Amino acid sequence: MSAVTVLYALLFYAATAILVVGVARKIFIFARTPQPLKIPTTPAPTTRAGVWWRMTREVTVFESLFKSNKWIWLFGWVFHMCLFAELAWHLRYFTQPVPVVITWLHWFTVFTALGFVAGLAGLWARRFLVDRVRYISNPSDHLMLALLMAIGLSGLGMKYLMRTDIVAVKAFFLGLMRFDWQPLPADPALLVHLTLVATLMIVFPVSKLLHAPGVFFSPTRNQVDNPREKRWTAGWSAESKSGQAG
Amino acid sequence: MAAKFETPTLKEYLEIPHTRPGAMAESKAYVAKPEHNTPLGFPGELAEGWEQKAVARLGEIVKSNRAVQVFLDSCVKCGACTDKCHYYLGTEDPKNMPVARQDLLRSVYRRYYTLPGKLFPKLVGARDMTKDVLDEWYNYFHQCSQCRRCSVFCPYGIDTAEISMAAREIMDSVGQGQKYTNEIMVKVHKIGNNLGLPGPALEDTLLGLEEDVKDETGVDVKYPLDVKGADVLVVTPSADFFAEPHVDGLIGYGKVFHAAGISWTLSTHASEAGNFGMFVGSSANLQKIAMRIREAALDLGVKRIVVGECGHAWRVAYSFWNTLIGPFDFLDPRYPVPQHICEFTYDLIQRGALKFDKSANDDKRVTFHDSCNVARASRMGDMPGGQFIIPRAVVQASCNHFFDMAPETIHEATFCCGGGGGLLTDELMEVRVKGAMPRMQALQQVVEEHGVTHIAAICAICKAQFTKVLPYYQFPMDMIQSVHGLVSKAIRLGPVNE
Repeated sequence: MSAVTVLYALLFYAATAILVVGVARKIFIFARTPQPLKIPTTPAPTTRAGVWWRMTREVTVFESLFKSNKWIWLFGWVFHMCLFAELAWHLRYFTQPVPVVITWLHWFTVFTALGFVAGLAGLWARRFLVDRVRYISNPSDHLMLALLMAIGLSGLGMKYLMRTDIVAVKAFFLGLMRFDWQPLPADPALLVHLTLVATLMIVFPVSKLLHAPGVFFSPTRNQVDNPREKRWTAGWSAESKSGQAG
Repeated sequence: MAAKFETPTLKEYLEIPHTRPGAMAESKAYVAKPEHNTPLGFPGELAEGWEQKAVARLGEIVKSNRAVQVFLDSCVKCGACTDKCHYYLGTEDPKNMPVARQDLLRSVYRRYYTLPGKLFPKLVGARDMTKDVLDEWYNYFHQCSQCRRCSVFCPYGIDTAEISMAAREIMDSVGQGQKYTNEIMVKVHKIGNNLGLPGPALEDTLLGLEEDVKDETGVDVKYPLDVKGADVLVVTPSADFFAEPHVDGLIGYGKVFHAAGISWTLSTHASEAGNFGMFVGSSANLQKIAMRIREAALDLGVKRIVVGECGHAWRVAYSFWNTLIGPFDFLDPRYPVPQHICEFTYDLIQRGALKFDKSANDDKRVTFHDSCNVARASRMGDMPGGQFIIPRAVVQASCNHFFDMAPETIHEATFCCGGGGGLLTDELMEVRVKGAMPRMQALQQVVEEHGVTHIAAICAICKAQFTKVLPYYQFPMDMIQSVHGLVSKAIRLGPVNE
């Protein structure tokens, strides 16, 4: 067992644990924190089903962002969809046999890898070119884009320039999942790619990437507009004496 | 008008300005004095150790308010909101971009309540709670009218109004409150309304209105006060009792009730629909101010509650009353509680119970300003978006010439009047005038294209704000109308008035 294999095996166990525990903790905090008042941004759906539909549009076609700014929408949507496609495509390293649905993605991945990088490039360019966005960007915002960009480029590099032994990579990850470690090829592009992915997993629970679970808990988007029909109370509004005053 | 600042020039189209850092750094609302703070349960003034108290209060808010928790964690700085705030568009100060305004608070949250902020403050834009930061909060959280326009366009629904309420709550909790808002809350607790009108003054005013309406129409329209056993309690912003054009609206409400033959009353105990507790995020004051309405309704034994033309009051009434002062099981279940005066009038129009002579308003070509709290924080009727349809239907029932402003400036995308959320005070005139620019630009367009002469609104703050800022943009101040002022002109009451 090479040192590289041991190091990356431990790194991925740690990164996975941090990602899962960290995000679960944050979701628990979001879920536990009460929303004392009704604050949906109106016009809002008046039924639970309507809210599901609103949220579905929000997370699939980024409805509010589309209303807001077509460039951010274009870059952001392309980037996210390509990210999801690539994540799904990478599931073939973790499954044996590979589900048929995933193999179909083969037809798209030529575009998704490029779309991932192109979308990021567009978003990043805005941070330099648009003075308003430049003003609100912190170093961490640039670093996050750099991290994602480097993941995309190192992935593309392996796809087209420095091919790696993906059969061995798959054996390594299947081995990790079964606690039966297999050797990891020590190709520079692969190691860079994996290090960056692990870094992303580790910073996820303490970074702005929390927007992913956050959007589902956003009261302006997930509340039903029915305050007159159905009395809402939570947190301090449930504890305080209201109706009893009469 | 001796302005110490330059009124923005209205262009053909709304332009997104380049940032001008520090443009509004000198804007300062008067700080509340101890006598405006202590009656509300806030410390009199800033005292030793306030930094720790402020940070601790922030932690409590984050724990007890999901919106604040989620909004502080979720922003990705995508920039979608940066050109959506009327104060940014009008002042060009980048700290008036919603995300930058949120970041004033988020930077402190990150410093004390997140790991990266504790370890690498510079990297993630985290800051210590210092006097400079507090001053910046005080300055820029009083350049937010809590209009929620940013929340419409944020991909995560982040609502800067919630952040600005939280920041003001923290500032109040350490004795750095705003004079205008807190002084008014003291008045409403002590006297019953924001303007401090005592009962006898109200009675006089209403008797005066009855005489005026009798002279005008020959009909005995009543403006009843504290009448036990009336069917409907009307709660309205206190500006309706005397200010122009607000009072025309109140006259209109009375005429509608008269024509419908429904008994109603105002209340001295609850002679104010407004609730500034919301502006400062103070749950205790919000609830206490709202509670007067429940008490008045029970005391007078009414069956229904109708709310007059007021934007944030309608938000509090529609969205929060049931939570804060409900359940309303003592009221007639056949009607929504509360009901907006526009819903009330609209229902009567639908049933054919009111007669109008629209030609009474033929001297006017009217547009309608969607008030932010009505548009983005409440509803009317039983359809989403009824808050846009119903007031327009009431306006159009009262006049022949109606023209909407550009679609990207109305409905959910409406531009704030510039004076909401506790900014309606003279020392903030610069931010009020500049913040009104996007609305004025849209108004200018319908004036040029359709010869619009009047802009109708259903919010006391909008009406007061427009009265002040219209002249800065070379529009006549009486261009602003109450929706029920238009109703009042057009409604036909009886044989004499026909």
